Formats: sequence, C-alpha cells, structure tokens
Amino acid sequence: MHTSARWSALLLAPAVLLVAICFVVPIGSIVLRSFTEPELGLATYERLFADPTTLRVLGRTLLVALGAVGLCLLFGYPYAYLMTLVGPDMRAVLMVLVLVPFWTSLMARTFAWVSLLQRDGPVSALLAFAGVPGVTLLGTAAGVMIGMVQILLPYMVLTLSTTLSRIDRGLLTAAQSLGANRYRTFFQVYLPLSLPGVFAGSALVFILALGFYITPQLLGSPRESLIAQVIGVRVERLVDFAGAGGLSLIVLLTTALCLAAAVLAFRPVRAMLGQGGDRR
Amino acid sequence: MNQRTPVRLPLALWAGVTALLLVAPTLVVIPLSFTERRSFSFPIEGWSLQWYERFFTDPRWYGALGTSIAVAIGAALVATVAGTLAAIALDRARLRYGWLIRALLLLPVVVPQIVAAVAIFGTYLGWGISGTPLGLLLAHIVLAIPFVVIPVSTALQSFDPTLERAAAVLGAGGWGRFWQVQLPLISPGVITGFVFAFVTSLDEVVIAYFLQTPTLRSLPVQMYSSVTVETDPTIAVASSLMLVFSTIVILLPRFFAARRRRLLKAKETP
Repeated sequence: MHTSARWSALLLAPAVLLVAICFVVPIGSIVLRSFTEPELGLATYERLFADPTTLRVLGRTLLVALGAVGLCLLFGYPYAYLMTLVGPDMRAVLMVLVLVPFWTSLMARTFAWVSLLQRDGPVSALLAFAGVPGVTLLGTAAGVMIGMVQILLPYMVLTLSTTLSRIDRGLLTAAQSLGANRYRTFFQVYLPLSLPGVFAGSALVFILALGFYITPQLLGSPRESLIAQVIGVRVERLVDFAGAGGLSLIVLLTTALCLAAAVLAFRPVRAMLGQGGDRR
Repeated sequence: MNQRTPVRLPLALWAGVTALLLVAPTLVVIPLSFTERRSFSFPIEGWSLQWYERFFTDPRWYGALGTSIAVAIGAALVATVAGTLAAIALDRARLRYGWLIRALLLLPVVVPQIVAAVAIFGTYLGWGISGTPLGLLLAHIVLAIPFVVIPVSTALQSFDPTLERAAAVLGAGGWGRFWQVQLPLISPGVITGFVFAFVTSLDEVVIAYFLQTPTLRSLPVQMYSSVTVETDPTIAVASSLMLVFSTIVILLPRFFAARRRRLLKAKETP
C-alpha cells in the first residue's frame, strides 16, 4: 500500500507551487525590499524607528489587540463555560450562534457597525437612555474595539470550549467534598485547568487583532491609526514598499512569536498541523 | 458524580448578552436596505424597494456581484482540487518533512491580510498581473487552499484504510480505489472545503482592494468604496444579499448531511 514518493510529489505539486509562487515569494520579496531599498542595509529600519509615529502606532496596536483579548475573554469564557453545562441540544444552538457570524460577510458586519455607532445612531441613543448622553463611538478606539470583538469572539469561544469540555467535573466534586467552597473550587481547580485554552484563545485573538485593516479603517479615526493602516498608507499613498516591508516584518515576527507560544500552550493546534502521533 | 451543575441566572443572562452581541448587530442591515430615505438613520420611517432596484440596475453594483461570484467559483474549484490532492498525499505518504509542507499550505490563514495584500500587490505589479482577473484569482486560490486542506485532512483521518485494502483485494486498481472508495468517503470534507473556499473568496476585501482597477472590482471592494465616500443605502442591499447568500451556502451542506445521517439511522433500525 505504499504510494511512491514520486506520486505524492505529483499530488502535492499544484498546491505547494501555488502557495510558494503566489504567496511566499511576494511576502519574501517585500520583506527583502526592506533590506535592499534604497541600498543594502538597515536604512529602512533606522528611518522607521526615527519616526516617532511608528512606535506610537505600534504601541497603540498592541494596546487595542490586548483590549480585544480582554473583552473576548470577558464575553467568551462564561459563554464557553455555559456550553459545557447545558444539554446537547442547547449546546448545538449555542454553537450555531457562534458559527453563523463566523461566516457572515465581514463588510456587511462592518457596515452594520458603522450604522449602529454613527452620530445620533442606535448605540448613542441607548447610551443616552442609560444616562450617558452625547457619545458617538464611530471614529474612536472604543468603536474599533467593539467591531473587532464581534469578529474575534467566535475564535475565542471555539478554542475555549474545546479545553473546557475536556475538564473532568469529578475533580470539582472532589474539591468540594474536601471542603473547598465554590469560589475556591473555581480559582484553584477549574481556572488552572482551563489556562491552556485561555492562552491559546488569547494568542489566536491577539494575532488576528494585529492584522485588522478594514475595521479600524471604517470604524476608527485616521488620527488613531493602527499598524495595518500605516502599512496600507505606505503602499497606497507613499509608494514606499521598503517601509511597508519593514513594518510587515515587525508584524510577522510578533505573529510568529505568539503562534509559537500558542502551539506550546495548546496541543490540539499541533495535532491540527499533523504532528499528533496518535492518528488512527 | 454525573449530576448536572445547575446553570445560575447571572451566567445565563451574560451568555444571552454575548449571543446578542454576536448575532444581532449584523441584522440591522436588513431593515436598512428597505429604507425610503437616502440615509442610514434609525428609526426607519418609510419603506421602499428603490435600493434593490438600484443594486440590480447600476452596473457598478451588479457588475461587482458578477465579478465576485465568478472569481469565487474559479478560486474555489482550483483550491478544492489542489487542496484535496495535497491533503491525500500528506495523509498517505509518511513524508519526513510532511509537517513543514502542511505548515506552508496553512500559511495564508496565519499571515495578516494587510501584509499579504501589500506583498501580493507589489509582486503582482512587477509580473503585470495586478488588476487582472488572473491576479485576483491566483491570490484567492492561495488564500482558500488552507480552508480545503483542513477539512479534507480531518475527513481522511477518520477514513478506515482497511476499506481501501479490501477494495484492492477485490481487484480494484489505484484509480478505481480512489474514485469509487476513497473519494466518496471523504466527499463531505471535500464539499465543506469547497464551500469554505467559496465563501472565503466571496468575502475577501483587503487583497481585492489593492488589486482593483475601475473595471475589476469585487462586491466587498465596491461596498468598501461606497461606505467611505457616500451615504448610499445600496450598500445595505449588498450587505443583506451577502448575509442571506453566505448563510444559505454554509448551512445547506450541513442540512443535507443531517438528513443523510437521519436516513442512514432509519435504515439501520428496522
């Protein structure tokens, strides 16, 4: 039953060549351009870091991404926890509620937030009703974060629910029979067991949040731009591919670091990549 | 031991708020698409179909829809064939660097879209395929390949290799085994891959935005341009159509799979 190596090379060729030529070559070449244009060396990076806005934008992007992670945990953890408590039918309903927005159009959702968050829009009216009048969230970092959280929440919930569903509830009963109260059981038994999922979900959300372009473009303000927008402006307005390549490398390195941390924290990710040894 | 932990009210309420945040906001685009006035304001005072009429008579809008669907079908077809073949090869051969190839094929989901977009734009510009249908198609094929490799690999993992051995014993050749045994068994994974690939291409904005020309604009790019320059409720029509369409495309295979499972179960229990 051995397929010859030549056969598998033939089967792999179309996909590997497509990804290598049409994806890896472009990314490699834009990163390379940051080291070779205008001349060989680190001039691009000196230029990028001499510009105070680069560091400010980088810092803001990291803060917004961290904020998105925090909000996703705040909403996602209780939701994923509830999924482990309810029966199979209710769990299916909760799962569909997470999956449907996962696949609805990004532009449709972003436009929906534009109309909801606009001046004198429904969210302003709601806030005024709650006693905070005259707030417009469109064009603010808060508005961007709301839009991002709706898009990122499914990733957090799906990752968390995998981990939480594996936690043996017998351990909680054991802790309580040994005299721990509910809070102590949660903080000393349940929470530590769920941490791999928390780390993996957070890393995933953080990585995705770093690259958001459309959401901050439409819901944010140009004065508070994020790294993705600055990369876009470099190419679109300044035709500065070297600068865009330099910023891209910074984003890619941050992504790779988080991904490595997530892979270490979460074995199922490794299994998905095909390194799991227990197949079949 | 197995007693069900009672769900406390605050938890249920908070999860309800979360579910609302996930699903409800998007739905506002549907009433907005029937508004009478040229604004996005609420509450909607009068109803009309004028924006639907505009969507289907203005070539900028229906042309963009046509472009999007054509590119999505093309990209999904190529990505499904290439991705399925690759997943099969990765599953069969115990390649020494199999994990590396798999990581390479999954790379397009990990790289931030803006990085991919400016990189692809820069390179395709040099190759003379930026702004051409071929360029957009190639970019979307690559982006869609991971969404095929993942479900097909999952389907292959649950495929019992003894079935293929049995077919070989019964005299089926390599092709026969592939077409008549393996492919039908992994077809749910392949179909899922095709659907994901199609929706990925249909929904993609950032790369399509950088590769656009006035004559080559996908629907999401047209929506993006519209919302940045004008207040035109036609975008609410486009959003509603995308919403309904992708929901149907995603849910249809699930529906059929559930029905088939029910039929199988009915057959098993006489």
